[in-house]
Amino acid sequence: MEGRVAIVTGSSRGIGRAIAVELGRDGGCVVVNYAGREEEARETARLVEQAGGRAIVEQADVSRLEDADRLVESALAAFGRLDIVVNNAGITRDTLLLRMKEEEWDAVLNTNLKGAFHMIKSAARPMMKQRFGRIVNIASVVGLIGNPGQANYVAAKAGLIGLTKTAARELATRGITVNAVAPGYIATDMTAELNSEITSKMVEQIPLGQVGQPEDVAAAVRFLASDAARYITGQVLNVDGGMVM
Amino acid sequence: MSDTFERVKNIIVDRLDVDESKVTLDSTFKDDLGADSLDVVELIMELEDEFDLEISDEDAEKIRTVGDVVTYIEQHQ
Repeated sequence: MEGRVAIVTGSSRGIGRAIAVELGRDGGCVVVNYAGREEEARETARLVEQAGGRAIVEQADVSRLEDADRLVESALAAFGRLDIVVNNAGITRDTLLLRMKEEEWDAVLNTNLKGAFHMIKSAARPMMKQRFGRIVNIASVVGLIGNPGQANYVAAKAGLIGLTKTAARELATRGITVNAVAPGYIATDMTAELNSEITSKMVEQIPLGQVGQPEDVAAAVRFLASDAARYITGQVLNVDGGMVM
Repeated sequence: MSDTFERVKNIIVDRLDVDESKVTLDSTFKDDLGADSLDVVELIMELEDEFDLEISDEDAEKIRTVGDVVTYIEQHQ
């Protein structure tokens, strides 16, 4: 990753933080993005530097196109190029379909799906000029199989998979690959909110018999962002202990 | 030859990697210059920057030849 420049959206904590640190390892340059948690984003940047990378911290709400543009510009201004975009920023507003408010639907779709659209749109231009780019969208296995109580989140994640495949087709001739990583049940603040009954039921569904760690997802992202994955595009890589096959 | 044409030509030569002599007012982007649809989008974005104007998708769709671009730019500046 030496000299490679990456933006990781939503990297103040959880999976995003692990991805930022992984991409920073051995000399990678990382734009650490956060929407609201500046302190935690600064801690991510510190961890990136500790891993041997360079980092800047940038506030941006990717659901807004102008914020996404600014984020891309900040990478170009600080590091002179942009090689990797990881669309990780995501929120949840879980409730059963019948109880779901329009605002809850919109908020999740705006950040999780429209945010990725904005980022791809903004980043594609410098990547096309470079004739090189790696875009990795963080989807979810629920986007493949559905999940009660998450109509908004699941729709956004399934949408992200469709967006991945279309962007992959449109940008392929410019040396830009677009792939998705679909985490299963990963130990983060987001899943810590689930009660222990749900947790133990979910673990029963996992052939490898344990919850995953953010680093497991980060390793898959690093692979797809590397030169080793140059012949892979439009794919969804599940990192879920075998939960969905 | 107009100054606009020269500037447009330079961008086309650079972006599409074609020989200067192939770029005339009559050359079509797709058939004569071998541009695919993404090339055309890239060119249009670059021309927008170069000439500081905005070409709507509707107008962009009508552009077939280098002359179309030059005329469009001269009319909209």
